[in-house]
Amino acid sequence: MIKAVMVMNTQGKPRLAKFFDFLPVEKQQELIRRVFGVLCSRPENVSNFIEAESIFGPDSRLVYNHFATLYFVVVFDSSENELAMLDLIQLLVQQTLERCFKNVCELDIVFNYSKIHTILDEIILGGQVLETRSTEIMRAVEEISKLEAATNAISFIPKSASSWLSR
Amino acid sequence: MSGPSLMDSLFQRTLEDLIKGLRQQLIGEQAFISKALEEIRKEIKSTDLSTKSTALLKLCYLSNLHFHDMSFAAFHALEVLSSPRFSHKKIAYHAISLSFHDSTPVLLLITNHLRKDLTSTNEFEVSLSLQCLSRIANVDLARDLTPEVFTLLSSNKLYVRKRAVAVVLRVFEKYPDSVRVCFKRLVENLENYDPQILSAVVGVFSELACKDPRSYLPLAPEFYKILVDSKSNWISIKVLKIFAKLAPLEPRLANRVVEPICDLMRKTGAKSLLFECVRTVVTSFSEYESAVRLAVEKIREFLVDEDPNLKYLGLHALSIVASKHLWVVSENKEVVIKSLSDPDPNIKIESLRLVMAMVSEHNVAEISKVLVNYALKSDPLFCNEILGSILSTCSRNVYEIIVDFDWYVSLLGEMSRIPHCQMGEEIENQFIDIGLRVKDVRPELVRVARDLLIDPALLGNSFLHRVLSAAAWVSGEYVEFSRNPLEFMEALLQPRTSLLPPSIMAIYIQSAFKVLVFCLHTCFVRGGSTAGVSASASYESFDDLSVENGADSTVAHGQTCTSAPITNESIVNLLKLVELALSPLLGSHDVEVQERARNLLGFVDLIKLEALNSSGQEENDSERKGVEATKIIRLVHDAFSKELGPVSLTAQGKVPVPDGLTLNENLGDLETICGDIELPSSNTFSFGYPSEEKDVSSFSNLQIKEDSGQSNESTSLLAEHRKRHGLYYLPSGKSEVISNDYPPANDPALQGDNNDNASDLVKLTAESLVPKRKPNHSKPRPVVVKLDEVDEKPVAVKQLESRDDSLSGAVRDILFGSEDILPTSSRSNLPNSNRKGKKKQHMITQVESKENVVDDGNSSSRRRKDHSHGKERRHRKKNAEERNETDRKEKESSSNHPRRHKSRQRAEEPLKVPPQTSVIPDFLL
Repeated sequence: MIKAVMVMNTQGKPRLAKFFDFLPVEKQQELIRRVFGVLCSRPENVSNFIEAESIFGPDSRLVYNHFATLYFVVVFDSSENELAMLDLIQLLVQQTLERCFKNVCELDIVFNYSKIHTILDEIILGGQVLETRSTEIMRAVEEISKLEAATNAISFIPKSASSWLSR
Repeated sequence: MSGPSLMDSLFQRTLEDLIKGLRQQLIGEQAFISKALEEIRKEIKSTDLSTKSTALLKLCYLSNLHFHDMSFAAFHALEVLSSPRFSHKKIAYHAISLSFHDSTPVLLLITNHLRKDLTSTNEFEVSLSLQCLSRIANVDLARDLTPEVFTLLSSNKLYVRKRAVAVVLRVFEKYPDSVRVCFKRLVENLENYDPQILSAVVGVFSELACKDPRSYLPLAPEFYKILVDSKSNWISIKVLKIFAKLAPLEPRLANRVVEPICDLMRKTGAKSLLFECVRTVVTSFSEYESAVRLAVEKIREFLVDEDPNLKYLGLHALSIVASKHLWVVSENKEVVIKSLSDPDPNIKIESLRLVMAMVSEHNVAEISKVLVNYALKSDPLFCNEILGSILSTCSRNVYEIIVDFDWYVSLLGEMSRIPHCQMGEEIENQFIDIGLRVKDVRPELVRVARDLLIDPALLGNSFLHRVLSAAAWVSGEYVEFSRNPLEFMEALLQPRTSLLPPSIMAIYIQSAFKVLVFCLHTCFVRGGSTAGVSASASYESFDDLSVENGADSTVAHGQTCTSAPITNESIVNLLKLVELALSPLLGSHDVEVQERARNLLGFVDLIKLEALNSSGQEENDSERKGVEATKIIRLVHDAFSKELGPVSLTAQGKVPVPDGLTLNENLGDLETICGDIELPSSNTFSFGYPSEEKDVSSFSNLQIKEDSGQSNESTSLLAEHRKRHGLYYLPSGKSEVISNDYPPANDPALQGDNNDNASDLVKLTAESLVPKRKPNHSKPRPVVVKLDEVDEKPVAVKQLESRDDSLSGAVRDILFGSEDILPTSSRSNLPNSNRKGKKKQHMITQVESKENVVDDGNSSSRRRKDHSHGKERRHRKKNAEERNETDRKEKESSSNHPRRHKSRQRAEEPLKVPPQTSVIPDFLL
């Protein structure tokens, strides 16, 4: 089971944090900080694993990947395959985000908070990988955005109208 | 209408505005955020859901990425959730999954919202609520929403169905009774052809099987089919995970599955799947020679791969194999040892682990030597990693692999001199532990302690203080082995000891006390005889003497070396030195230091007069006058000369509790506080803080007496051996101060290139790993005092079993059809035929117990049962373990019987379980 997905930049600023079990925010912050502490000390071109049990407790593993200014981190337990998790990061970044944003960069992730979460929710539910085809993910995300836009558009006119009426 | 006006909502900042503002903020991030939070608190109270939801979204953002608590908005999130609009709902669900937990007060109010959305016709709404449920479900939610989830398990929309499948995991976990409702549908989904659904179901089963594999054995045929047919790597990986858990429970299943896994391993191009196959084989199929060979072949490919990830995983897989097939590691030792100098820390550590796995008593010396040299050149982190693993490997099972303790003790001394060494505490423990346990090593231990103590430079390194405290303790406790106790006094009282922390300072003073008493005792009580001899001998000749005569003296007195020149004059100087060094400490702020200093000075005062007198007079005279002093010295010396031994962890338990003392009164809750404090592992010893030693020694005296006979024998053997093979012994001369030969860690000349070093390493192990006659083969291993209790150290009884009982019980209920597992006591009630079954071999028992069940239901299988009885006679040989296992199986399979009634009861849901359970034996046999 996947325990957490995190994205942070090379300065240690979190850009996305998704924990599949409830953790108080202070704890989340501490974990992210500690992960970053290990990440930033690692040289380039070394393996993508970090000893995670000292940070996340027993039976936890961590893989990460470094793209431009961002670290993508997945924390999981023994019922996932390490290389498959690396593939998952690849799927998220190069096949999905890349398609969504065309040349995805840190700013895209900064300004599309909701959309990133939507994408992640399409891939993982309750710590389990549910969808690995980027076309399907894209389709669902687009439909969801359309649905959102539609409900928002309907909302705008009545909202102002009703406000006018109430005056 | 209260709340913000239209203007407020029209000009409300969106999330994007907030993010932009945060990036351009001029007033500092914290100030900006608290302003924004203030705004949000206002906006979130708005009656307009759009304003409210935007505020909520902003709050989510700040909570998620800037870690601000959002629990205050729990009720607002629920309000937004009630909006009919999808966009609002989405925000609300997001907020809820971020911030709700089991003790959120409004959690119960969410049930109806979730129910409504779970039954929505919009698949995305359903998906949102499932997503949320998978995060926040508690017992109540899981119970109340089980029917909805059950319906969704067979939804036409695959998008919804696979999510429902995934949610089932959480629902089962929180509310095990839901298994009775949902399990059958979940199993049906195993036969689905859609890879997405299948992936989700297999994922759920792999999670479930992790916790309690035995319950899912009956589903093995389904999993087998998926394993053989699957085209998706994700699914294959998950199925492999399941089989890795199931196979050890059922040898016939392993037989059946091992071939397909090997096929998969040969065919697949995906590294992830390949690695999973390898891991499955090496963890769960390690007794299948051919499979392991194939896996090892693949591991080798990993090891030589360019990709550090594969290399790391290859090493990782090797370390799994190592526990059962050490030959695999030796076969690949070159790669392993080369990896020690890999730039990747993960790879280095993994290969270090493997190198340590190869260590045996034949090669421990060489490997440690090379590793210590290597540690000198590595970065601090890895250096300590190396030292730590040497220490833990060598001390495993009470120094099982150490034969030559003299060597090991000097290695400890060497290690503590490595500049990056931070293992002070462990080295300290081992120094003392070895001193207590191994009599024969004490002279060498004292020598090492001396080398550490006399070096003033070491006092400056705070990581070494613990080691020094052990050295000081050793010097005081075993001072009789010292060649020159006066030197110890100087070392223990040197000015730089002021750099030590008070606790260690106190140990220094106490040790100085012991050494002083020893000196005085040698000088005055035992008379000048030894002193005279050694005084006449120069250091050089003394060394020779000790090499030659050391053995004899060992046998003779149980004390090796004689003491160095101790004359009255030196005693006087010594006393002066003590007074000089300790007087300032009388004003120490640390009570321990102050008290010990006062003790020692008081003692000095007591005897000073006599000593001074005697120094000026004839020996006869002093003897007469110094009677008083001699008495004192003898008394104190006797007090110190009681030997300390290791103390069992459970020793305290053996002390009878005095009448009228209630130990756990008012301390009952201490257990909850200390419950998670782990007891130290096998290293049990008492660190004889001087003040405690007398109490402590009484426990261990018995043990030591028992051993003393043996140890004398071995000492004499050792002495003889030393005479004959002196060459192989570490020279005990004083000139061998290892420390001084050490080049500094960052000496560029030594830095060398890694390849050089690696090839060195390879050469070394190439030699050392070949079993060869080693000189220390013939050397008797010194006696190591062990306590019986060490092995059976108090293990906290794990109550792990009970945790999943309700869930696994429910699952068994469905799969095996029993109300619950038969309690152990009821085993005696089993029919007589069952008892016979216990005596039979595994497979047959399985068949028979199966038939017992059928037998209970209908008696048609009488014939086959008789047949198996015939077999039974042929296979009488049984061992207890197998019996136990078969017992358990019987329990499970015999529980088939009651479920028949149940299926009749629940006529409305015809269970397919009977064919399923009967399928297992057919499938397996």
